[in-house]
Amino acid sequence: MSDEAKTSLNRREFFSFLAVGWITFGAAAAGMASLVFRFLYPNVVFEPAMDFIAGFPDDYPDGVDERWKNGFGVWIYKKDGRLVAMSNICTHLGCIPTWLPAESKFKCPCHGSGYYPNGINFEGPAPRPLERYKISRNTEGKIIVDKTKVFRYEKGEWSNADSYIEV
Amino acid sequence: MIKEAINYLSSPVYSFTAFIVLFVIALRRIDIVGTKKFGLGLLIGTLVIFGWMISDPVFFTVISLPDNIPIIILNGLVFWSTWYSLYKGHQNDLRIAAGEPPIEGTPENREKVWAWPNLVYIELLCGILCTIFLIAWAIFFKAPLEEPANPTWAPNPAKAPWYFLGLQEMLVYFDPWMAGVVLPGLILVGLIAIPFIDVNPKGNGYYTFKERKFAITGFLFGWLALWIFLIQVGTFLRGPNWTFYGPFEYWDAHKVVAENNINLSEIMWIKLFNVGLPKNIFVREIFGLLATFGYMFGLLPLIYKKWGKSYMPRMGAIRYYIMIFLILGMMSLPIKMYLRWFFNLKYVLAMPEFELNL
Repeated sequence: MSDEAKTSLNRREFFSFLAVGWITFGAAAAGMASLVFRFLYPNVVFEPAMDFIAGFPDDYPDGVDERWKNGFGVWIYKKDGRLVAMSNICTHLGCIPTWLPAESKFKCPCHGSGYYPNGINFEGPAPRPLERYKISRNTEGKIIVDKTKVFRYEKGEWSNADSYIEV
Repeated sequence: MIKEAINYLSSPVYSFTAFIVLFVIALRRIDIVGTKKFGLGLLIGTLVIFGWMISDPVFFTVISLPDNIPIIILNGLVFWSTWYSLYKGHQNDLRIAAGEPPIEGTPENREKVWAWPNLVYIELLCGILCTIFLIAWAIFFKAPLEEPANPTWAPNPAKAPWYFLGLQEMLVYFDPWMAGVVLPGLILVGLIAIPFIDVNPKGNGYYTFKERKFAITGFLFGWLALWIFLIQVGTFLRGPNWTFYGPFEYWDAHKVVAENNINLSEIMWIKLFNVGLPKNIFVREIFGLLATFGYMFGLLPLIYKKWGKSYMPRMGAIRYYIMIFLILGMMSLPIKMYLRWFFNLKYVLAMPEFELNL
């Protein structure tokens, strides 16, 4: 009877082994999962910065300016003493519209959505106007565009003082 | 002159309508379509017309893009397999009408053979031939590689892979949530659901058309008109800025087409009642809500009166309502296309505040 008890586990020992085993397995699985999760994020991101300094407001003529489009994905639009920074992402499915100076409109190459120079949608399937980014001036008077904050027309956010600067 | 007429008539509103009319006529006159004479005539006629079209330099440029070659192959295969199945079905229908069993049911065709070597041999041969074909294709037509991707620039026109161009064309008429998620989801779920909805044993194991008119017509409409046809439009007739171009029309990036689209709420409140848009979005979209619910639920009694009486007892209520729901979902695409073409209607229900646009 006593020999038998030595070679096998009692209930308490069995559960403590079980607990150690599961904790070890859980820790290993969690470590593996965290490695996989880390692997999903790139080591180096070649994305443009989310905010940038865009020079002085006087540098821009009236109308649409494309100088920051390829670097930061932003169109600067100046009209009636107001200067805004527009997103270059189509509100339909996220393609990049083309600025057509001759027709004076933005036109998306994916499904044909069209926008007026101020970003209001009028053609094709786009459900809402182009988004605007937060824009302000630093102490030197230069423009700062902050892409982390967007202003949407259909929510009435274009009248927000952060969405434009007076020039 | 002829080419200009073709350019004009291939605009989706005409060509889609013509395609549907031809589709209905073809399935009505299966006794003509399902004959070898018709099949041969169709093949020769298509080749002659295609040969004439290909002599046009603009058409040839579009057709010979490496991306577009699969579509030409697809066209040939789709029309061959559709015609062949209708031909087989028509033959069996004639036999059944004469009191004979279908060809697949004759004693010599019911004889069983071994999978090895009869089937495995053919499969091996097909595998080898497909590999040779793909290698030859890869050697003769270079992959259309472009410069490294740039997140702030898109090619013009930006086209999806050839098998998704029908979906991309669908997106022209719908919000991305509808045409990108809901409708493709319905297509997949609906196709998976067919064997569970369709409990009619007729046509199992043999070709027939007469015994399965509704099922075949419904499936072929979705497949040919709403998928294959839209792939053609998206591939050959959409140029820069996703503007429509006729088959013989030069892809001029500066072609100006006025396509101002407006929502149903704007048509009703501004154009009809001549008042501004109400502030409350549910009041603003009341017509869109009514139209949407009317379409999804209000039509049910009418459909029941016309078809449901005979289908519901056979299928059971749940199968019947799932089928009607899928058919209504499918038909919303052509309905929306016509509304866009005739009324420049952008969205029936436009609630960009909630990302909900129908």
